[in-house]
Amino acid sequence: MFNIERWQEIFDTIRKNKLRTFLTGLSVASGIFILVVLLGFGQGMTNGVAKEFEQDATNRIAVWTGVTTVEYKGLNPGRFIELKNEDYDLLIKKYEDDIEFKSSVFRIWNGIATYKNESGNYRVEGVYPDYQFIENASLSAGRFLNYDDHNGNEKVIVIGHKVYRDLFGKKEAIGEQVQISGINFKVVGVFTDPGGEREESKVFLPLSTSQRVFAGGNTIRNLGFTLKPQRTFQQAVRQSIIFTNEIQSFLQERHIVAPEDESAIDTWNSLEEAKRYYDLMDMIKLFFWVVGICTIVAGVVGVSNIMLIIVKERTKEIGIRKAIGAQPWSIIGMILHESIFVTAIAGFLGLIFSMALLEVVGPNVEIDYIVNPSVNFNVALTTVIVLIVAGALAGFFPAWRAARIKPIDALRDE
Amino acid sequence: MNFTKESGKPRYFVIELIKMIEIKDLHKSYVMGENSLHVLKGIDFTVKEGELVAIMGSSGSGKSTLLNILGMLDEADKGSYYLDGKPIKNLSEKIAARYRNKFLGFVFQSFNLITYKSALENVAMPLYYQGMKRNERNKKAMRYLEKVGLADWATHLPNELSGGQNQRVAIARALASEPKVLLADEPTGALDSTTSYEVMRIIQSINDEGKTILIVTHEDDIAHMCKRIVNLRDGVIIKDSKINQVRTKSATHV
Repeated sequence: MFNIERWQEIFDTIRKNKLRTFLTGLSVASGIFILVVLLGFGQGMTNGVAKEFEQDATNRIAVWTGVTTVEYKGLNPGRFIELKNEDYDLLIKKYEDDIEFKSSVFRIWNGIATYKNESGNYRVEGVYPDYQFIENASLSAGRFLNYDDHNGNEKVIVIGHKVYRDLFGKKEAIGEQVQISGINFKVVGVFTDPGGEREESKVFLPLSTSQRVFAGGNTIRNLGFTLKPQRTFQQAVRQSIIFTNEIQSFLQERHIVAPEDESAIDTWNSLEEAKRYYDLMDMIKLFFWVVGICTIVAGVVGVSNIMLIIVKERTKEIGIRKAIGAQPWSIIGMILHESIFVTAIAGFLGLIFSMALLEVVGPNVEIDYIVNPSVNFNVALTTVIVLIVAGALAGFFPAWRAARIKPIDALRDE
Repeated sequence: MNFTKESGKPRYFVIELIKMIEIKDLHKSYVMGENSLHVLKGIDFTVKEGELVAIMGSSGSGKSTLLNILGMLDEADKGSYYLDGKPIKNLSEKIAARYRNKFLGFVFQSFNLITYKSALENVAMPLYYQGMKRNERNKKAMRYLEKVGLADWATHLPNELSGGQNQRVAIARALASEPKVLLADEPTGALDSTTSYEVMRIIQSINDEGKTILIVTHEDDIAHMCKRIVNLRDGVIIKDSKINQVRTKSATHV
């Protein structure tokens, strides 16, 4: 391996057989390239889905109501089911031990917010202080709502970062008065949300204030919960499914809704959805791996083919070399040395090129569900080594056979 | 006659040329499908150092097979073969390769140069397998190229050279490892008569320097430029006689 004469001989051969070398190298390099890019995008999709779920707490459970579609216990379909504060109070008492964060939500329709000459239409909701954690929001200025605001029916609001930018530009917002549908509220906080603009164009005010100021009485639009953490993901999923089903039947019973009537009382369980997505991601990742491995296999077959052809093409040369005194092992060594050298260089070129592509293009990819495609360097390196070893093995057998041919037969070969 | 002072006794040295090649009762057959073709049917034959032997015969007489066995490119089924006193029998691939490299130089009808290597690199090839360093072997290869008159063509590839020039490169390659015996299989078979004579002139001059040379040929005029002709027919030697060598006239370099 460290024989300088052998290296010179290899370089001579490579230099004088450029096309052959290029083709061998190309099949190896493209195999590695395709694999790395595939794996990179598999990772990108995983990242993208993970990001989608960051916008709310991952174990968020939501309940909302609508119109009944099924006749039940003598009641006609078409009734609008309206949740009340008592529903919420009963639920949180009943599941006190399971619930981590909880909030009911009263939505103000046509929530137009105005500050001086700026105004905009935003989603305005009356919520409990816990809602910050259900929304996965974090404060960039000021504070979130608290129970004092709630108990005192304070006219305070927390605005999303988008609302802040629209109304205030870069000015200080805390302490300023903003009109919501003509009523003055004091801004106490600005929040950001990993979910981005859509999640940041919301305005929150205390639930009690919202019900009182906007004539909500004791009605609420929807409920949001998160459950206390469980030891494993599987347990958490199971518990949240049970919990979701239980509160759904509890509310169905209270409001006399048919158990199968999904549109009257509907639920959303992010954890269950997350699990579905993660399962899908696992499948996609598996698919990428299978495709990638097939690519590598195709690469190995390609290299083997080329090695076979090379040996066949060089049979006469091998005969000549043997006639002038080449040892069988030096023939095998020569062919293997060349094949390993070419495969290694091409493999690393493919690796470097594809990694560079992912590094440059990756962070700029702005497609939903694909975020920062990247690949584990060790995985990529391993595939290169696998390909080199496979190439060496693929080269060994024809080389070994060629080295054993009688020189006279090899010389006769045309 | 010579005396050594220590013993005081006279000692006689019989001047006898070394037997370079000695074969006895050599048999070889090829199996082709169901038929067995008996090509060599008991050859007895000795070549001494410095001889220039032509092996003649029509095609199928077994002359090439004989040369291949002599060159360790092929193996005999039966019989003995000594090369420079060493038995050539059941050699491992490794030893055979070493012997080929050390004792034998080959010249083939179709030159058998490595197509992607220059004339110089081709000549240096046997030296590479002797483990000689690059500079040293290129220097030595150059000397042999000069010897065959192709020093100016050292960097040319075989396809840039004429047939005669290629064969001279092949001869230089065969000589480069300083073998004991040069084996040539129809060395002029692919050449016209003018270039054939040129090649023969080189072969004669090498022989004049004392190299043992065997040439397989079916051309009468080429055979008569050797010193001895062995005639083969149907796998046996039918005639083996010393002749008066015809010297090549032209000494023109190309």
